[in-house]
Amino acid sequence: MKAIVVGCGRVGAALATELKAGGWDVAVIDEREEALGRLGENWMGEFYVGHGMDVPLLKSAGIEEADAVVVTTDGDNTNILIAQVAQRKFNVSSVVVRLLDPRRAEFYRTLGLNVVCPTSSAIAGLKAAVLGDAANEAA
Amino acid sequence: MYILIAGGGKVGSNLTRTLLRDGHEVTLIEQRGTRYDQLELEFEHQVLKGDATEMSVLESAGIRRPPDLVVAVTGDDEDNVVICQLAREKYGVETVIARVNDPRNQIYFDLLGITRTVSATSSIMALIEHEVPQHGLIHLLELRKENLEIVEVTVGEQAACTGKLIGQVVLPEGARLISVVRDGKPSLPEDSMRLVAGDSVLAILEPGKEDELRRVLVRE
Repeated sequence: MKAIVVGCGRVGAALATELKAGGWDVAVIDEREEALGRLGENWMGEFYVGHGMDVPLLKSAGIEEADAVVVTTDGDNTNILIAQVAQRKFNVSSVVVRLLDPRRAEFYRTLGLNVVCPTSSAIAGLKAAVLGDAANEAA
Repeated sequence: MYILIAGGGKVGSNLTRTLLRDGHEVTLIEQRGTRYDQLELEFEHQVLKGDATEMSVLESAGIRRPPDLVVAVTGDDEDNVVICQLAREKYGVETVIARVNDPRNQIYFDLLGITRTVSATSSIMALIEHEVPQHGLIHLLELRKENLEIVEVTVGEQAACTGKLIGQVVLPEGARLISVVRDGKPSLPEDSMRLVAGDSVLAILEPGKEDELRRVLVRE
């Protein structure tokens, strides 16, 4: 199985190394060369320096054969574009995109993107924790 | 008309000024603080500070009414695409116009059905091509939504069509001649008309078939 991870921040890098450890072919794309360091000294996958909106670069990274594309750059709008290109132009079967803004996350889900929104998860987690504490105090 | 403009750079601010002068209702959205302060001196309450890709900002700007027209002219193509998608598909705005800053990003606009785009680089390139006639073919108009374009070619002396009746000329599939200009006078291309070298021909065709058309009509 082949995955492309666009955006090698904390999340992208950790996910790339976990997929690689799980036996996937992984190609990582990031604008900054330094991001390679996040993948650790023993990174055996591919790494491309460049912008994830650069279609020729996506092709060199192997998007046409990819089973999955994960989009985790630090820009929501950049992520939205790359995910839609992966899905509609390259027909990648599994496209997952991280969006920080819950409202854009909700809207792009209605357009068929598989969106993970850490902000919504954090809100839900924090709310559950607060309500749990309150319930304990009341008890 | 009610027009919402995202991006208060040179393009957005000049559009705002012109449209206000013409009596339209305009809201301009600008997110950079110092730029907003300058714009506010001129446009007062008609400029709003914020990120136009945030739905709450678009809603404060009145996108739920919805506007007759949304114009996305920020310096970031990804932002322009998202603004157009939100406007059209979330809020039902019928007409959206976008600026393409980097012509390599045009494919994103095309892919997502944002057909009314303007790119300064592409426009200037088209003008340059217009000035460089050795291509033998001049792009006059691009009908992006219809996937058609109108071009002008000058019939060459060595071309396959020269001296033939228009009815006998085999054009690329889907291509049609629109008019033939000879000695400055345009006429409709009838099948019984004979093409001669030097005729200036307007044709409509699918983008990408220019070379085929040139082989038939020009062939230097």
